[in-house]
Amino acid sequence: MPIRLADLPRRRFGMPGNAACPGCPETMGLRYVKMALGDNAVLVIPAGCSSVIQGMVPKSGINFPILNIVFASAASAASGIKAAFEMSGKNYNVVVWAGDGGTADIGFQSMSGAAERNDDIIYICVDNEAYMNTGIQRSGLTPYGAWTTTTYAGKTEKKKPLPFIMIAHNVPYVATATVGYPQDFIEKLRKAASIRGFKYIHLHAPCPIGWRFDPGLTAKMAQLAVQTGAFPLFEYENGKFSLSPYSGMYRNPQKRVPLVEYLKLQGRFQTVLKDPEKLKGLQEEIDDMWRWIEMLEKYGAAALKR
Amino acid sequence: MVPISYPAEGSSGKTGLWRTERPVVHLDKCIKCLFCWLYCPEDTILRREDDYVYVDYEYCKGCGICANVCPTHAIEMVSEAPGGEGA
Amino acid sequence: MTLKTLTGNHAVSEAVKLSRVKVIAAYPITPQTTMVERLAEMVDKGELEAKMIRVESEHSALAATFGAAAAGARAFTATSSHGLLYMHEVLWWAAGARIPVVMAVAARAIGPPWNIHVEHSDFIDQRDTGWLISAAQENQEALDLTLQAFRISEDPRVYLPMIVALDGFILTHTVAPVDVPSQEDVDRWLPPRRQPYMITPESNVVMGNISSDEDYFMMRYSMQAAMQAAKQVIKEVDLEYGKTFGRSYGGLLECYRCEDADYTIVITGSWSGDAKKAVDMLREKGIRAGVARIRFVRPWPEEDLKDRLANKKGVIVFDRSVSFGSYGQLFTETAATLYGTGTSMRGVVAGLGGVDVRPEDFASEVMNFVSRVEESGRVYEPQKWMLPKKYEYVAKEVGI
Repeated sequence: MPIRLADLPRRRFGMPGNAACPGCPETMGLRYVKMALGDNAVLVIPAGCSSVIQGMVPKSGINFPILNIVFASAASAASGIKAAFEMSGKNYNVVVWAGDGGTADIGFQSMSGAAERNDDIIYICVDNEAYMNTGIQRSGLTPYGAWTTTTYAGKTEKKKPLPFIMIAHNVPYVATATVGYPQDFIEKLRKAASIRGFKYIHLHAPCPIGWRFDPGLTAKMAQLAVQTGAFPLFEYENGKFSLSPYSGMYRNPQKRVPLVEYLKLQGRFQTVLKDPEKLKGLQEEIDDMWRWIEMLEKYGAAALKR
Repeated sequence: MVPISYPAEGSSGKTGLWRTERPVVHLDKCIKCLFCWLYCPEDTILRREDDYVYVDYEYCKGCGICANVCPTHAIEMVSEAPGGEGA
Repeated sequence: MTLKTLTGNHAVSEAVKLSRVKVIAAYPITPQTTMVERLAEMVDKGELEAKMIRVESEHSALAATFGAAAAGARAFTATSSHGLLYMHEVLWWAAGARIPVVMAVAARAIGPPWNIHVEHSDFIDQRDTGWLISAAQENQEALDLTLQAFRISEDPRVYLPMIVALDGFILTHTVAPVDVPSQEDVDRWLPPRRQPYMITPESNVVMGNISSDEDYFMMRYSMQAAMQAAKQVIKEVDLEYGKTFGRSYGGLLECYRCEDADYTIVITGSWSGDAKKAVDMLREKGIRAGVARIRFVRPWPEEDLKDRLANKKGVIVFDRSVSFGSYGQLFTETAATLYGTGTSMRGVVAGLGGVDVRPEDFASEVMNFVSRVEESGRVYEPQKWMLPKKYEYVAKEVGI
């Protein structure tokens, strides 16, 4: 159901005066979580940008009750919290808000475990494509060819296809979303909240500081990622895979905005733009994703029948 | 003394002091689409009762996302430097 | 009140059931496995109304247990050896967050090489974390300590998590008669769960974001203050438990013939029983020996030890663990407690990796200590390793 902005209440969604960088996509994303779930959620936040964004005791710069937790175990802590709420008959949403590291790398084990157990939590991976909080180091979710402080000449490996890995876990709901299309994200969050079991949302979060672009362009950058096909929006629910409306037309590579329009705005891709081999590698990474999409659309329901 | 906090404004001080540019809303161009309000990371563009918008300059970090998403270019980013142009 | 023949692991499982734990998250590791298996059976059969999270690692086990506890549920986990080491950072997190949680540790050696027999290194290695640490001598005590752990850790003067350690295989897998209290009696004795805060939408609490260095320091200071207060709480609970269930152990320390002893053994764990037998043997030989059994390694029973060990001719500490490059940990702490008293002391590292130490071995070690003290007056031997018999000759070559 499309959301009318004017219908959303006039209230505090974020929390001004927090420690986030200007133009931060995480604070944007957190406002959308509040718009979607209101006051019925508890967040679990492992080490990452959002740990620091909260600012200092006795105040917190994020508008939710939060359990901050050690890096590798956000999902398991969330499973525990949900178990406690279930035992006391409460129906609160338990939401993990974890970055690349806390999801794809150090946190992968505990997340995979929670997914396998189908624990009733919403797991949001805020993907800013590097270990931003510690200073822009490369992660498993950094795209091919991107500069980071630990891949000075550009990353030589491809981005871990995490949403597809979660689909392979065959959990009830997997979706990709972006801070560039908040209404789509909010709808997906509301849908996730209505489903029992493990829900995974992969949120694209362009980081001005880490990707090297002007802080005013965060929303535009996120939209360009979708429009160039670099970050496809889709949903997987109970065996059924579907591209989201915003990504629908970009299935056809001819209809996409040229990839360079997206890359040229980001300092981290300057070497890629100058090197045809690297550009080819990055385009391949994107094409891989669209092949997954094609396969899932054709065979997903049969292969992953719940 | 336990390590707990409560959500509150200003957990990192008056972040308005970070700004190098401030957003100025030209209401005559504003069409009340609420995109700026939707995209602002900080909850510092707020809705009036009639859904025109205004800025909380105490905490606005001056990122410029609002100016960039406004479809009618109703928001102008004005330099905070002394002697800079604008309001 | 029923007498059942139970292994130490199952005795702890009974206590967990009686405490009406709501969430259990555990990962199997020998020799803890049968405890968790019994709990899973209890939950599936409806004997225990709890949610069991079959986590994929120990790190996740404590994280899930802690999460449940932070959200308001009485929660329990158990582990051993490598599992305990794997979750080490989460121990610090739970204690620093001041959320009461109870964890049973089946004390087991740490590899390599792989060794599943008893050693105290795993739980001794957690002394700095801010957890209360207790060790049982018998299966009965393991049950009693587990029940008391919920009461103590959830006391507002404490609000710190607690470990109940029981020796791997010796207690965990050996059957003994255990008096299991009735549910009604436990319900009357164990108050409903209390904790300093809960993370819920109503409370809107945020736990753990950055604080100033000064605030951090004061939070640490509060933990130390809670540890200090815990000493009193432990004693109160021990007495109360004695009145309700008929068993009292003496609080932080159990004194076995130590009141009038000249030479006192300081020791913890199941082999304390062998040490007590040795004391009986020594008494028959005319040596006035005694045992001060440490029930709580944390909080360290400073005042009680000073009291019980005052004016002794000699104190001999047996450690079933060692800090490589230094001494047995219980010895080091006892020596600090006895600083300035001039008491003769010997620290003995023994029983590592499950090497058996019998009453005769304790007795001959003590007799050797006694003769050293009688001939030299003041003896301070921080580092004596009781080698397995067939390797005793090696000591001469190595020099310790």
